[in-house]
Amino acid sequence: MSAPHPVLLIATRKGAWLLHGDTERQHWRLDGPHFLGHIINHLVLDPRDGRTLLAAASTGHLGPTLFRSTDLGANWQEVAQPPAFAPAADGSGRSVKHTFWLEPGPADEPGVWYAGTSPQGLFRSADGGDTWAPFSCLNDDAQYREWMGSEQDGTPDGPKLHSIQIDPRDPAHLYIAMSGGGVHESTDGGRSFAPLIDGLDVVEGFPRDQPTFHDPHCVRLCPSRPDRLYQQNHCGIYRLDRPATTWQRIGDSLPEAVGDIGFPLVVHPRDADTLWVFPMDGTAVWPRTSPDGRPAAYRSRDGGNRWQRLDHGLPTEQAWWTVKRQAMCADLEAPLGLYLGTTSGEVWGSADEGDSWTCLARHLPEIYAVTIGYPRD
Amino acid sequence: MRVLIPSALHDYTHAPWVEAQGETLGALLDDLDRQFPGLRFRMVDEQGHIRRHMRCFIGGVQIFALSHPLATADEVLIVQALSGG
Repeated sequence: MSAPHPVLLIATRKGAWLLHGDTERQHWRLDGPHFLGHIINHLVLDPRDGRTLLAAASTGHLGPTLFRSTDLGANWQEVAQPPAFAPAADGSGRSVKHTFWLEPGPADEPGVWYAGTSPQGLFRSADGGDTWAPFSCLNDDAQYREWMGSEQDGTPDGPKLHSIQIDPRDPAHLYIAMSGGGVHESTDGGRSFAPLIDGLDVVEGFPRDQPTFHDPHCVRLCPSRPDRLYQQNHCGIYRLDRPATTWQRIGDSLPEAVGDIGFPLVVHPRDADTLWVFPMDGTAVWPRTSPDGRPAAYRSRDGGNRWQRLDHGLPTEQAWWTVKRQAMCADLEAPLGLYLGTTSGEVWGSADEGDSWTCLARHLPEIYAVTIGYPRD
Repeated sequence: MRVLIPSALHDYTHAPWVEAQGETLGALLDDLDRQFPGLRFRMVDEQGHIRRHMRCFIGGVQIFALSHPLATADEVLIVQALSGG
């Protein structure tokens, strides 16, 4: 059997592409478009079987659905039952606008997947993503519904549930995040959740103890130290080492002109002290561009105490793109490879942990997500 | 009865015109979903509401209620609303 080669799975506003790399990560071949014209929010290969590929899809007119492939996109099949809220007898219930986040379940539960939706909902599949059911009390719980706010309270393209993180030591221990609505933890397999928001800032003037006013952009659990979480929030970058429950702000030492606002956050799969962020301009009206038109990743190798700017190879001026919360990821190689997809449709890669960057693809539609996969025969 | 399908749903029907039966618009969509699995959820959400950008016309009149009765001789036009840029 040949050595596994990485495939970067690219989800965009107008379709999906697969970027096939060789084992040296030197040459990349772009395959696509798949689903041209469809809005693809997430495209994920199941790391447990290396075969099952799920795509979260919608269009401007049609309702949301998921597609599934077991041959790397040569053939796609629509799933039998995509995520949908429970019907309310009086028709007043919510409807899923799109599935935003797809998360494969733990290693010892093959076939289990979780999904986060817009508006905020949590769903589970036990059959490899073919049929989905509402998961946990969260979707229809009165307190959680209040914390979720209305659809007008969410992000510009709809409020969403994201960052489903499963403790690799205990599949009953989960974290989820909601924009808006805060970070929440379950220790009983999702039967109940509780807020985990102490120490997080909120927009000035609002109470910090109300989950409604919290906007976590991206939460990541460290695979090499599952008691450590990092978070890129609307109001800064944070770290939490359990069993502590108070987040510590670690973005304050980023340059003042750059700030610690952004969307994506990537953790090193083998080193819990190493993480990357991609700051954006979050001042005034929130331009959501790279600060000063000069994009850069920032890396910390000491848990967020000190940061290093990483922009070698990236445009040095007049580059007004940024990176969305699902559009930055790492592979599993050594040295670690990093990948990011931009709002202007470029894919950049680094084979040296961010020290230098190369453009791998350009002229794609606005990129919503990139994930790495290692296909197996 | 004859049903006109919008291009966005041709991946399901592979034809612009199909035959389907039902005493109401809702029953007609159920029959379409039996023939073309998955089609109904792309048009109607889980709360039973026709999605924002989908429109149904019978005899030139726009129909909003899934309970609207149909006659055998009716011709149903399903179209995408003109929207977007």
